[in-house]
Amino acid sequence: MPSATKHTGRSRARLVGMAASAVVAASGLAACGSGDSGPPVLNWYINPDSGGQAEIASRCTDAAEGRYTIATSVLPREASAQREQLVRRLAANDSSIDIMSLDPPFIPEFAQAGFLAPVPEDVAGRVTEDVVESAVEGSTWDGELVTVPFWANTQLLWYRQSVAEAAGLDMSQPVTWDQIIQAAQDQDVLIGVQGIRAEALTVWFNALIESAGGSIIAENSTDPEQIQLGLTSEAGVRAAEVMRAISDSGQVGPALSTANEDSTATGFESDQGGFMVNYPFVYPRGLAAVEAGTLDQATVDDYAATVYPQVDEGTEAAPPYGGINLGVGAFSDHPDLAYEATECITSTENQAYYFTSNGNPASDSTVYEDPEVLEAFPQAPVILQSLEQAAPRPQTPYYSEVSGGLQREYHPTADIDPEQTPQDATELIEAVLRKEQLL
Amino acid sequence: MSTTTLPPTGKRTEPVSSPERHTSDRARAERKLGWLLAGPALAVMLLVTAYPIAQAFYDSLFDYRLTDPQNRSFTGLNNYVVILTDPLWWTAIGVTALITVITVAVELVLGFALALVMNKALRSIRPVLRAAILIPYAVITVVSAFAWQFAFDINTGFVNSWFAWLPGVDPTTDWFGSFGSSLLVICLAEIWKTTPFISLLLLAGLAQVPEVLQEAAKVDGATWWQRMRRVTLPNMKAAIMVALLFRTLDAFRVFDSIFIMTAGANSTESVSFLAYRQTISRLEIGLGSAVSVLLFVVVVLIAFSFIKGFKVDLAQARGER
Repeated sequence: MPSATKHTGRSRARLVGMAASAVVAASGLAACGSGDSGPPVLNWYINPDSGGQAEIASRCTDAAEGRYTIATSVLPREASAQREQLVRRLAANDSSIDIMSLDPPFIPEFAQAGFLAPVPEDVAGRVTEDVVESAVEGSTWDGELVTVPFWANTQLLWYRQSVAEAAGLDMSQPVTWDQIIQAAQDQDVLIGVQGIRAEALTVWFNALIESAGGSIIAENSTDPEQIQLGLTSEAGVRAAEVMRAISDSGQVGPALSTANEDSTATGFESDQGGFMVNYPFVYPRGLAAVEAGTLDQATVDDYAATVYPQVDEGTEAAPPYGGINLGVGAFSDHPDLAYEATECITSTENQAYYFTSNGNPASDSTVYEDPEVLEAFPQAPVILQSLEQAAPRPQTPYYSEVSGGLQREYHPTADIDPEQTPQDATELIEAVLRKEQLL
Repeated sequence: MSTTTLPPTGKRTEPVSSPERHTSDRARAERKLGWLLAGPALAVMLLVTAYPIAQAFYDSLFDYRLTDPQNRSFTGLNNYVVILTDPLWWTAIGVTALITVITVAVELVLGFALALVMNKALRSIRPVLRAAILIPYAVITVVSAFAWQFAFDINTGFVNSWFAWLPGVDPTTDWFGSFGSSLLVICLAEIWKTTPFISLLLLAGLAQVPEVLQEAAKVDGATWWQRMRRVTLPNMKAAIMVALLFRTLDAFRVFDSIFIMTAGANSTESVSFLAYRQTISRLEIGLGSAVSVLLFVVVVLIAFSFIKGFKVDLAQARGER
């Protein structure tokens, strides 16, 4: 049966062809990870920025002199969405994740789930040298360094010098929220705070409760049912009072319940701008607006920044701490090289570059002595002081539940009842942690 | 009141002398061919729909957190008890039902008007008109949600200044600051985006109305309104019902607009949003799967009640009978 033989032969040939193309495709994919020829490629999952991380990746690739190359992959814009993507990949043991830029509040969750390769002891010693306290704390879980501190963000109290002067506020001394409310009312200017139902609200609330001497989580535990919240403590009630007082001050603009970092910066740039708590990015943002011709140079010249406001006079404020730390994936094929790369990425030189070019403050305190940094960011000394005072958000593997529960109860801030809201929030979060309620 | 439809066609028109039905070899061969042709599609459908649904149902019986797979434990129907006793679930059901009713009702009226326009438009401009009406449907929902959000945003939006002459709208109107106004914008975005879909289905229905009946009614002296009520609408009932059914099922799963515009603030969470939050944000696979299964059950109930309650015949709508 020659025709039948021929037929089978042809389909076999096709099968072989398909198998061959599959093998080619597979090897092509593998080449993305390691490759048979050339140095191993380390995949660095980065949060979107102004191109700084990609530049650092290429600098470190050059510095590695052929031992490895770093490729970057951009994660979603929102920190929560970055976490969602990384968690799902890591839960599936994704070996393509070598290095990842992590938002500090999610680090305990990653560490507890075993998603992070252990930091070698010698590396841990080197990458924490001269690093500000809050960034080391933010990289630590259960008493161990689990990530490499990269850049550290903090919120400052931004104010218009002309407004503070007219109100008679001495900004060389720490000021309180009450003083700011009073001054804003006297001068009829805006107080910029982030009242949107998002992570920014948790950031604000955490800074208030920490400044009042309390904590969102009073007693921490890896067992969700053992976590004790501190919302109903004196400090917790005080934080709720301040939030409510600012919301009721009449100086927060018409859209407090949807105000995020960008919209408060817009308000601060307007003629009504007076005071604002926000990250340092607002300064380069103002300069860019001047360059684009949408803002007067005089307005940006009027900008000044000091340390975050105090809740109670005389008690040092605990400003928000944020930024990015670098984790090495537990399923990475090259954890040693990845840790070597993180040392290069977080070098003093690269942190200074990232600070001046992208506006993201360094976690390495020696960067703040760099004259170039001081020129680009006149507020650098204040940022350093703020980072030294800053307090991280609650460190727990159940951060999403805690933060989500807070946002549900404390939003909108104009409806906060300082007596009732902390109680309601505690009940909700505890029920959610016990898996007895939806979020 | 009488309605005018063509007499049903089918078995009754077969001649009495038609041969008795029995499964011939040929019929059997054809049936086999039918299975061979439809089989792969059926297998794919089972793989991509039945399997995930079964997996979701299985997962919903467990206390299972994605970051803590070691402690996965069987909890039976406990997740369902948690959900059904939580006021948040019932709020989400209420909000979703509200959005569904408002959007589908408005879309039906608007879509019908657009279908009439498309049907009656001059032949020369008809393709252009159809394309113009279809554009919103071609826009990705997330993009449309962002566009509407930016339009109504207090800082970037133009709505506050353009519509300041309307009572209740001024430069300081915060559309996403309260339940009612947030819902209004969400519904507007949904209506803008999916009205073309409903109008397209209705246009197909309009095209099925036999011209002879319209002419007969005209000859009898029926007014436009009388023809609409007695001839057009009864003849396109099936198309209307199918359009309503598809849109209702679609509207009940609303997610994108809410996710982009309010992220669930001011009690605007829909049922899909609740499923997203439990599964993706909280990583509680068990609880989230249970929410998804319940959403699936609700959608099945809607479809079932449409088909039984309104006697929607999908085959008839497709012109198969």
